[in-house]
Amino acid sequence: MSRTLFEKIWDSHVVIQQDDGHSLLYIDRHLVHEVTSPQAFDGLRMNKRKVRRPDFTFATMDHNVPTNDRSLPIVDQISARQIQVLEKNCKDFGIELFDIHSPNQGIVHVIGPELGITLPGTTIVCGDSHTSTHGAFGALAFGIGTSDVEHVLATQCIWMEKPKTFEIKVEGKRKNSHAITAKDIILSIIKQIGTASGTGTVIEYRGDTILDLTMEQRMTICNMSIEAGARAGLIAPDEKTFEYLRGRKYIPKNYEEFVNYWRENLTSDLGAHFDKSFTLHVDNISPQVSWGTNPAMTTDVTGTVPFPDEYAKGNPDEEKAAIKALQYMGLKPGTRMTDIPLDRVFIGSCTNSRLEDLIEASQVIKGKKISHKLRAMVVPGSQLVKKQAEQLGLDKIFKDAGFEWRESGCSMCLGMNPDILASGERCASTSNRNFEGRQGAGGRTHLVSPVMASAAALAGHFVDVRELDLY
Amino acid sequence: MEPFKKIKSIATPLDKVNVDTDQIIPKQFLKLVQKTGFGQYLFYDWRFENGEKPREDFVLNNPKYCDSKILLTRDNFGCGSSREHAAWALLDYGFRVVISPSFADIFYNNCFKNGILPIKLDSQSIEKLFKNPSEIEVDLQNQTITTDGITTPFEIESHRKKTLLEGLDDIAVTLQYEDKITQYEKSKANSKLSFF
Repeated sequence: MSRTLFEKIWDSHVVIQQDDGHSLLYIDRHLVHEVTSPQAFDGLRMNKRKVRRPDFTFATMDHNVPTNDRSLPIVDQISARQIQVLEKNCKDFGIELFDIHSPNQGIVHVIGPELGITLPGTTIVCGDSHTSTHGAFGALAFGIGTSDVEHVLATQCIWMEKPKTFEIKVEGKRKNSHAITAKDIILSIIKQIGTASGTGTVIEYRGDTILDLTMEQRMTICNMSIEAGARAGLIAPDEKTFEYLRGRKYIPKNYEEFVNYWRENLTSDLGAHFDKSFTLHVDNISPQVSWGTNPAMTTDVTGTVPFPDEYAKGNPDEEKAAIKALQYMGLKPGTRMTDIPLDRVFIGSCTNSRLEDLIEASQVIKGKKISHKLRAMVVPGSQLVKKQAEQLGLDKIFKDAGFEWRESGCSMCLGMNPDILASGERCASTSNRNFEGRQGAGGRTHLVSPVMASAAALAGHFVDVRELDLY
Repeated sequence: MEPFKKIKSIATPLDKVNVDTDQIIPKQFLKLVQKTGFGQYLFYDWRFENGEKPREDFVLNNPKYCDSKILLTRDNFGCGSSREHAAWALLDYGFRVVISPSFADIFYNNCFKNGILPIKLDSQSIEKLFKNPSEIEVDLQNQTITTDGITTPFEIESHRKKTLLEGLDDIAVTLQYEDKITQYEKSKANSKLSFF
């Protein structure tokens, strides 16, 4: 019987299949960070349990690390404590840790692929919802809660009901692939299918547009699968995937043998059945900007802030939500997106902080100055990204334009470290969530691509990056 | 985990769709390294003005609901971040049941790990409960909720029901299958394509 890629990976990891439909699934890679793990390690200690596979477990600190000078002590004592606790836990349980001074430190979803920990056909979990990012490599990657973190530490397995399958086809040719980015593709998808349409499913992204994307762009797409509510997002691995991973630190020694196997086995069979399907044609899509307080509340940069009834299309609950969102965001329906003034610009997060993102964003501002009305920062996704960017001179381009060039971490994507918005401040952000207070209590987040963030930084308000005549 | 018993309580109506876990427990409270004490921060920015004064218009601040153990809400509750702190905060505050037409997957799973029962009901039944938020009796054993003498059944996966009713430790249950896990590992390690 023909099977989807998801079903193939699932089937090869089932340890026990119960009659009631839930399975014990083996986990190949467990990524751990400082915020969602302390209680899990405590649980192990309380019950005198060990970590079953420390060799399959990797840890880093990313969520609340400061992004200023790493030689300075951490001012926030509670953050410092959480970081120390992770250090102790990794030491006590024999887990490899990329700590704050490691050249491999970075956002967990940036360093996994970068170090070759993320591999096609594997199962990956992490106590973080954006674990879906790793699906770009054809890995089945789930975000889990802390109880499951503890469960995986103790057993290297997880209980799950088998998710349904959701095929998202992305087809056509973008008019301008520098201006219309992977971020605009995924925001366009979420805008159309909503934030809960993926609930209970694993999405497989397919189609000629997906094949055209680079690995980093594919990561941006899979990263935001969770914003569509999905358990995971997947893209079948191809030569680009294999080439990206070749030579990375943690890949297996007989890598080419793996590649031969992956090449033959890691695709959905012809005629495989998906429970759901959606197609996005990208020929006419524009750069996207979110206007509300969830990622589906997004529109074209050429558009206007919608009227709640127009957004809700007859759903009274959604209409109420839109009214509330506009109130929170301080926006009036009918306002042109390009007339919205900004206070801050943030380029970073597990969605958009990789080298290509920084290269693309730097090209927009090269030799120019950002608006004096706003403050802008770049937070590279990892120390390696930072180093590579500096080798290319990107740090200088950003700094000359007036951006702050920071150390790696999650930073202002969720504002657990000192990088936060003040109440009422409005930010163009390359992150993934525009929830109320996400970047700081009372802060207003607009999700955009890196090039749109750069363009907005120059103008002090949103602009259609296509009009800058760069490409 | 404490076994789940019958619960009878007034339901707190939180009339919002897409309530994300950032709202249930904002990020500044994720720095704690224990599982307790999060209740005071539940719905922090909706509950308090500048972190101090309770907002009168927020439903949790209505004295009528101060002893409520049941939260009634709208579609896609618990979306966004995987933070289990959201479940810890609800539990610590006193909620043992959340009733909604739909839940986000990770949050739904996190509830069961902490003895919270998330009940999925059809939108019509939810609408009725919102129109008349009165006392509800939740009977997990029989999979029913009863309000004003009307009993409505609900669906729940059988293994999840068992876990809650018996207050099982998930890990202890899994470790009973340790031989199977070892067997799986051995079969993989013997393959040429093994990074074991």
